[in-house]
Amino acid sequence: MSAPAGSPHPAAGARMPPKLGGAASGLAPPQQNGPAPSQMQVPSGYGLPHQNYMAPSGHYSQGPGKMTSLPLDNQCDNYYSRPYTVPTQNVGTPSSANQPGAQQMYGRGPPASHMGGSTPGSIQGALASASHPYTSASQPYSSFGNRYSSPATYSASSSASQGYPSTCSHYPVSTVSNVVYPNVSYPSLPASEPYGQMFTSQSAPSARPVNDSYSGPSTAVTYPSRPPPPPSQHHHQQQQSHSGYSSVPWSAPGLPPAQDNLIRNQMGSLAPANNRPSNNENVQPPKSSSIVSTVLPGPSSTRMPPAPSHPVGPLPSAPPTPEQMQTKGMQYGDYVNNQASSTPTPLSSASDDEEEEDEDEEAGVDSSSTTSSASPLPNSYDALEGGSYPDMHSSSASSPAPDRASEPNSTLAQALSAAPAPTAPHPTKVAKPFGYGYPTLQPAYQNAAPPPSSGGGHPSGPGYSGYPQHYPGVNQLSSGLGGLSLQSSPQPESLRPVNLTQEKNILPPTPIWAPIPNLSAELSKLNCSPDSFRCTLTNIPQTQALLNKAKLPLGLLLHPFRDLTQLPVITSNTIVRCRSCRTYINPFVSFIDQRRWKCNLCYRVNDVPEEFLYNPLTRSYGEPHKRPEVQNSTVEFIASSDYMLRPPQPAVYLFVLDVSHNAVEAGYLSVLCQSLLDNLDKLPGDSRTRIGFMTFDSTIHFYNLQEGLSQPQMLIVSDIDDVFLPTPDSLLVNLHESKELIKDLLNALPNMFINTRETHSALGPALQAAFKLMSPTGGRVSVFQTQLPSLGAGLLQSREDPNQRSSTKVVHHLGPATDFYKKLALDCSGQQTAVDLFLLSSQYSDLASLACMSKYSAGCIFYYPSFHSTHNPSQAEKLQKDLKRYLTRKIGFEAVMRIRCTKGLSMHTFHGNFFVRSTDLLSLANINPDAGFAVQLLIEESLTDTSLVCFQTALLYTSSKGERRIRVHTLCLPVVSSLADVYAGVDVQAAICLLANMAVDRSVSSSLSDARDALVNAVVDPLSAYSSVVSSVPRSTLTAPSSLKLLPLYVLALLKQKAFRTGTSTRLDDRVYAMCQMKSQPLVHLMKMIHPNLYRIDRLTDEGAIHVNDRVVPQPSLQKLSAEKLTREGAFLMDCGSVFYIWIGKGCDNNFIENVLGYPDFAAVPPKMTHLPELDTLSSERTRSFITWLRDNRPLSPVLHMVKDESPAKTEFFQHLIEDRTEAAFSYYEFLIHIQQQICK
Amino acid sequence: MKKPRIIAFDELKTDYKNPIDQCNTLNPTVEKLKKIKRVKIALKLVLPEYLIHAFFCVMFLCAAEWLTLGLNMPLLAYHIWRYMSRPVMSGPGLYDPTTIMNADILAYCQKEGWCKLAFYLLAFFYYLYGMIYVLVSS
Repeated sequence: MSAPAGSPHPAAGARMPPKLGGAASGLAPPQQNGPAPSQMQVPSGYGLPHQNYMAPSGHYSQGPGKMTSLPLDNQCDNYYSRPYTVPTQNVGTPSSANQPGAQQMYGRGPPASHMGGSTPGSIQGALASASHPYTSASQPYSSFGNRYSSPATYSASSSASQGYPSTCSHYPVSTVSNVVYPNVSYPSLPASEPYGQMFTSQSAPSARPVNDSYSGPSTAVTYPSRPPPPPSQHHHQQQQSHSGYSSVPWSAPGLPPAQDNLIRNQMGSLAPANNRPSNNENVQPPKSSSIVSTVLPGPSSTRMPPAPSHPVGPLPSAPPTPEQMQTKGMQYGDYVNNQASSTPTPLSSASDDEEEEDEDEEAGVDSSSTTSSASPLPNSYDALEGGSYPDMHSSSASSPAPDRASEPNSTLAQALSAAPAPTAPHPTKVAKPFGYGYPTLQPAYQNAAPPPSSGGGHPSGPGYSGYPQHYPGVNQLSSGLGGLSLQSSPQPESLRPVNLTQEKNILPPTPIWAPIPNLSAELSKLNCSPDSFRCTLTNIPQTQALLNKAKLPLGLLLHPFRDLTQLPVITSNTIVRCRSCRTYINPFVSFIDQRRWKCNLCYRVNDVPEEFLYNPLTRSYGEPHKRPEVQNSTVEFIASSDYMLRPPQPAVYLFVLDVSHNAVEAGYLSVLCQSLLDNLDKLPGDSRTRIGFMTFDSTIHFYNLQEGLSQPQMLIVSDIDDVFLPTPDSLLVNLHESKELIKDLLNALPNMFINTRETHSALGPALQAAFKLMSPTGGRVSVFQTQLPSLGAGLLQSREDPNQRSSTKVVHHLGPATDFYKKLALDCSGQQTAVDLFLLSSQYSDLASLACMSKYSAGCIFYYPSFHSTHNPSQAEKLQKDLKRYLTRKIGFEAVMRIRCTKGLSMHTFHGNFFVRSTDLLSLANINPDAGFAVQLLIEESLTDTSLVCFQTALLYTSSKGERRIRVHTLCLPVVSSLADVYAGVDVQAAICLLANMAVDRSVSSSLSDARDALVNAVVDPLSAYSSVVSSVPRSTLTAPSSLKLLPLYVLALLKQKAFRTGTSTRLDDRVYAMCQMKSQPLVHLMKMIHPNLYRIDRLTDEGAIHVNDRVVPQPSLQKLSAEKLTREGAFLMDCGSVFYIWIGKGCDNNFIENVLGYPDFAAVPPKMTHLPELDTLSSERTRSFITWLRDNRPLSPVLHMVKDESPAKTEFFQHLIEDRTEAAFSYYEFLIHIQQQICK
Repeated sequence: MKKPRIIAFDELKTDYKNPIDQCNTLNPTVEKLKKIKRVKIALKLVLPEYLIHAFFCVMFLCAAEWLTLGLNMPLLAYHIWRYMSRPVMSGPGLYDPTTIMNADILAYCQKEGWCKLAFYLLAFFYYLYGMIYVLVSS
């Protein structure tokens, strides 16, 4: 718009007195620079920084909704003349308009004052309304099939939906909004019968279809899904359309879809608006960077607090509906007040929020707290809540439901059994193991040793819950993995000595599965899936001394929030937990008699509560051992108000975008905005979901998206040394109410800064502002950054010396250069805000420092080196795919995770992205399904008096629907006393992942070479211990037990990772990013990254193929990662987790190239190919179905790269061939020899 | 002559050491919130402790108490080393809140605290003896 506005002059601005709230101040000095004419007001605030800013000003003028105020002249005068007042001061001024305040409250979560305000009366009202559904709902016991799976969701949703409508209706009416919160009152939850909240049959069917469409029948079972919107909901919708979308008609015509429009509009409206260049300068006052666009004329203006400025982007040149707007203006003033007062209260307590809160602690809050959760609109997310992710079958091997159902063994069968339809008959079967009364119930503690039959022969146990079609392969392998049948055979397969130097094909031809703990059949059936919970040693050594002898790392690998296709959800008034250690009741506790159970972690004897005696599944009384909590090791509880310190927060998303020249040049904005537009409706959340945007270069830009505006308004804060929020309230807006504005903004954003010349980046101040914006609620901040932050707090210098990239000596600067980001992250974590970093940078950006903002706030990190939307299309595609997953995946807010283990074991060190709040409590502002964690364990006391140890992870989080939930995983492992058994039970993959995490820590705290040495020692030590203690094999050969035979290979792979390699040119950021990934990726993904899978794909056959969803998926065997396997006549697929490479040999069969790639011969294949054409040939179909199958198994859809032999891109490919020798590193064989020398020393 | 004065300081120091030790004896079983507060105390107390100890050393230097100074030098050196190798942070302080909960770091700090407490106690009695000796002999 105002071209002149272009470069902000902070200095000038600083001198400028007050921009903010001039109206209140009676001063009306002459305008200094400002827009003299009344209409001017807007422009000044608006386009200041960017000359080319083309915000669709035209719309503004058209929009009646605009808040132009007639008396602009006056305001302007006031503006500039007024001495600047700090916004906070304004807080004190009473706001006349209730409306805004109310709205705000609503969105934020009720501030304390409001809680007080929620009078019992209102609660009662809510209750009364809420109670209806329950009474009716409780009756349908007959439909008990659903009961388990759905009840939880249901009760919540039903109550919410009941309460909700009223809320909604109130919502528009601002004054009433206070009442809203209390309406959805907690009491309703507990009041309902624990299991009785089933839906009536009517609702079920309607819900079903939704689920089906996504994840098939199984999902449907688990989450019968919400009931169709109750009638009240319609009401709500109507209301909404009324108020929320009132602006639609206006804005719609004005939508600036195309840049042209924008420009035109701009020209049209702004130019007339007579922005003078000088105005722009004025616009940026030092502190009050934002300009107030709207001023209320007359008396109202006096009430306006001076501080709040409503910088307006383009203002309507002609104020069409001044009257309406007036009220608006008033509101703004109020907003400020409200925010200021409300901000501190709710959050302060949050930091203390613990998994187990004392009842007293919460009592105060509870009364007013709400479970407003379920969004009234039944949408696909309902299905998500349960953990099933529509877009993918869970990343790991969890099998599709139908397969499961056929397996009586499956741990989760219970969940299925609850399902109304096909699985209904199963429950009895499932329950069997425990069905014989109490004596058999205490497998763990009464039988000193697990029955000899043990798990060896049960590949179908939970460990193999994966695609059943794999079983053949599994069977072959089972012998080679893990200590399956220790007792039954004298020399278990996993202990078979393998001569590593002689064994040519160390890598098995099929994917490697987690070893199954050597437990009795019943226990292994109940055990937690290895996808969620794995231990490096499936046989826990009895004493620390024994562990030290084995020289193996002991630890847990967790993937607690992964997408599950089935998950029993339990609602009950009381969640049964051990009274002393607070362990949740789980399948491994023992029932002493009907009335008492013994905790399996601390051995305390607890009472069984009355309610627990009733088994809703069988509708029988007195069978506590058949309750789903005791039948499933992975369950989710709907938590009561005891588990919250404040009402569950709404989903809040804030996007902080770099729009400096560098960023615009890279062009990520268009990708991001498009992804957001596409996925706006799929963002997890309910009707309270809020969203906001900030952009920054050397200044910080906020966007006012308050509903009712005809156009997003841009507010600029140029004072980066003391950042403040220009308007406290309308920056984070309700997604549904302001959707049109958000879409406008997203459409306009990519072009708004296209001609910017600003090269600086004030990331630190922008983050501070984001923190201020988010702190009242908490939520997720997504930061997009493209360069080193160069201004304000947290600025960084380039620390990388490019000449040192391939140094074999010390690698410096792996740690942060400043603790600014760490401190910020800790602050954010305290306010339940997670910061996710997307770094799209072509040069060094000091990821080591920047990553801290995500590491300690439980965020995640994405890095796209040399990102460019046109020059590097594969990165752009990757960003797009990652964003799709990122935006739509499940999310849990204000989470804490606690890991408990049997007495005698203790947690030692945690790995992952979080803040450790106490020795066993991880504070996670956000939790996402792609986050993995690792824990090192210590054996503090001898475990001689027990034969089993258990680990329990409890993750307490607020779902995007505003429900407080607890997901509990329990893992049970046997204790062994002999070294051989310890070796027999090694889970190599878990051990490697734990080692990787430890090595990352070591490289940061000590040095990279230290970490590398430690890794080598991690192979040498156990192997030498094994050969000296266990085996009788001559020492001259390098032998390992079969369970450890892959250890050297994996460690070599680790040493050749970007994170740890030396001698090969590695950019510092790449290295640091690899380290970050190692710390935060779950095991399945990390293993692919460490040791990619290589398949030959030019000769796919149906032999051994599996069937998934009516597709035949060939299963080529794994090839070892060596160039010797790459024949020129072949084509190979390498699966690196986040990337697929297809390597095509020079002499590759033309048939393959023609049938699969669609080109006549090798020479014709283009060098950059990222998609396989859909050809109607058998081989093409096979290849594609194989690749699709691989893709379906993981959350982030990998990008496909075609690598032609002898193309420059092949180095990328060849660096993954870790068994080969490189200039700087050993080949696999050399590495073995090296190890052998070390052992013999 | 100087010893009495020193002793006053030393008492202060020993007293002073107590809270520090307390923060370091964060036992994993202790209630978590308290623990965190203690860590915060520890963060605040580290620098004063180091400064006081350094001041003592200077006093000994002035008093030409070479033996005593020699006894204190190792600890002074350790303090300097410790502070030089502290994690990156903008303010003063020694402990990083993000890593303090790691069991091995916690154990190390705890051990360090006990050792220093013992050293300060012994030093206190030695100074006391020194003071009395000076008083008696003069």
